[in-house]
Amino acid sequence: MEAATDEAWQKVVYDSLRKNGVNIFTYVPDAGHRMAIDLSLADPEVKSVALTTEEEGVAVAAGAHLGGAKAALLMQSSGLGNCINFFSMITGGKFPFLTVLSMRGDYGEGNPWQMGMGKATRPILDAMGFVTVEITRRDEVETAMNAACTMAFQSGEAVAVLLTQKLIGAKKF
Amino acid sequence: MAKSTTAKAAPKYELDRIDAVPKIIGKPGETLFVAGLAGTSKDIAHITNDGSNFFGMAGAMGAAVSMGLGLALARPDKKVVVATGDGELLMNIGALATVSIMNPPNLSILCVDNGHYGETGYQLSHTSLGVDLEQMAIGAGIKSTMTVESEDQIAAGARMLRESNGTCFVLLRVKPTDPLKFKRDLDPGATRARFRLAMKA
Repeated sequence: MEAATDEAWQKVVYDSLRKNGVNIFTYVPDAGHRMAIDLSLADPEVKSVALTTEEEGVAVAAGAHLGGAKAALLMQSSGLGNCINFFSMITGGKFPFLTVLSMRGDYGEGNPWQMGMGKATRPILDAMGFVTVEITRRDEVETAMNAACTMAFQSGEAVAVLLTQKLIGAKKF
Repeated sequence: MAKSTTAKAAPKYELDRIDAVPKIIGKPGETLFVAGLAGTSKDIAHITNDGSNFFGMAGAMGAAVSMGLGLALARPDKKVVVATGDGELLMNIGALATVSIMNPPNLSILCVDNGHYGETGYQLSHTSLGVDLEQMAIGAGIKSTMTVESEDQIAAGARMLRESNGTCFVLLRVKPTDPLKFKRDLDPGATRARFRLAMKA
């Protein structure tokens, strides 16, 4: 079913993660994740961790896995660059790992400061051995989130879901 | 301007880590350990005999505190001790702020501060040049903290690591000398798998 509004598809992102057993959320605030962050903070079954920088969330997820829990890192694509060295532990150690990136520097971007990391996002994920799942339409959010969770938590892969600017819409400048 | 009356004595880097770290950790028992790269991973590998309750790094510098946080949140029924060095902690000092706002009662952080980057040739670190990591932990909002820099303070440090009701931070100042050599398993996949298996048991 198509999630018609911004709020509706963002809720589908959160609900899909919860249905797939994620109960530790880590985040650096971002408009594209606003609803998921708010829902995680209000959810009594969930531990929601505000980070000072994105790479902390990579290590929190690895520690959560050691303890048998499933974690997801919510961040903007500009935060991906902060994580790269820690990804070496994820892929080198075959840790299951899931991150959901709201894209900047992507389709229709009007802020030139965002373009560098936007263009580098996919090559970085490829270089670090990630499986990448891109979402461009509201009606594919649930299917794509389930596919990503399965690859991360059953196949033990490092998986990045890209919420593209075709889905989110570009911020106006 | 009036002189500060709270000026602290110069830090003492006199304890030997080979002796002080095992004393402050005590019997490892059921405790889960995460250690950052280099010195502290060797210290804890030695104490646990590279056991399945230990995940030590040889890279990903700056990850230890956050990894311990994830483990502590996932397993509130277990005590988690993070062992990190001054250089390792400085690389991601913001992690102390994140830990503080979560404040898991089962997480204890031991920072073994030798004032140097021992692994790369003992270059001076920031803590030799005036940076006080206990003060940074206090500033981050961690309620239980202490500095251990002499033999008579070790027992109190050990007690804080074991018994604190919220996240605690113990700074153990040691002289810049090598840890004991220990041939630990450096394969992150193998150590991950062995840790997970032990957690399921």
